[in-house]
Amino acid sequence: MTVIISGLILGFAFGFILEGAGFANPECLTGQLRFSNWAVFKVMFTAIIVSAFLIYGARALGLIKLSDIFVPSVYFWGTLLGGAGVGIGMAVGGYCPGTSAVAMASGRFDGFTFLIGIGIGTLLFNGAYPSIHSWIYTQTGPDALTLPHLLRVSPWLILTVLLAALAAIGWTVGMDKSLRHSEDQTNMAVKIGPAQPKH
Amino acid sequence: MNNALRRTWNPYIAGTALGVLLFVTFFATDHGLGVTGATTSLTAVAVTIVAHNAFGPHDYLAAYARAGANTWIVWEVLGLVIGGFAGSLLGGRFTPKLDGPPRASSLGRVALALLGGTASGFGARMSMGCTSGMGLSGSAPLAAAGFLFLVGFFLAGAMFAMVLKPLWQRR
Repeated sequence: MTVIISGLILGFAFGFILEGAGFANPECLTGQLRFSNWAVFKVMFTAIIVSAFLIYGARALGLIKLSDIFVPSVYFWGTLLGGAGVGIGMAVGGYCPGTSAVAMASGRFDGFTFLIGIGIGTLLFNGAYPSIHSWIYTQTGPDALTLPHLLRVSPWLILTVLLAALAAIGWTVGMDKSLRHSEDQTNMAVKIGPAQPKH
Repeated sequence: MNNALRRTWNPYIAGTALGVLLFVTFFATDHGLGVTGATTSLTAVAVTIVAHNAFGPHDYLAAYARAGANTWIVWEVLGLVIGGFAGSLLGGRFTPKLDGPPRASSLGRVALALLGGTASGFGARMSMGCTSGMGLSGSAPLAAAGFLFLVGFFLAGAMFAMVLKPLWQRR
């Protein structure tokens, strides 16, 4: 019962935020990959920095231990090529898995189609698994390797660098009038409705 | 409907809200937010309903089929869909339509979404998580894997987006 309520509540907030950020709109999402709309980068990097600050802050206060929360290990080729597959999926299909579910929820039929595609991709992976698992799932480095461990620096230095990168990129694209225009157009497209396919 | 609501949120406000939610999720459940854990479970369970012995004991999906769909992440994704629906209704953004590249035909849009979803579903199993489960929830505790995922995601995504750019031109 706790599993159901916790899942539903945290998932509801997740979907509500993604939709509010405009991530149900494939033009916004693919615009980041064409560098004409920076909302995806800004939202993701702000979220990573805020949660990392809270996680490492809570650890410094003794509220949580890093070993108690799930920190993924590096399986170099699987992690890198899998990321590439999800990136290609967004360039081609307009979404990533979470945003396709939110797109479907906002009335987009192509979001539903994308989810069916994920099911097909999962079955194809199941078929390919015996011949690829040995090389994609070869672990690189220790369990739960973090950037502070890998680079032998304080997590606060990593956070400072990430924050500086976000501020620099955010400021640069914020100054760019053509980008602001393009982001406004994405909002306009939301207001006006779907783009008409060309006949 | 209020026009101000129809605009999407400021990205830094949305990002801060998402970061706080992700921390609360780690604090409450010891793991982050994800999506393809649920689509993998649902795919495995759906196939098993249609064909009982679809998966042999050594199949990747066998463990998912055995575990069933009553898991935290399946409920979380159901919540995600309800939250997206509520947000789009409240924001005046709910519109039934076939979205996609403006220059693609309806059939083209369906085919592209299906193809993109297939690449995404396959990729997310290779990396053991998608943009949410690995890119976001992995990078939040500063895991090297999360950032490695994001490098592959943006490099390959930008390359393919460049090739497909003409389809997205408005006029």
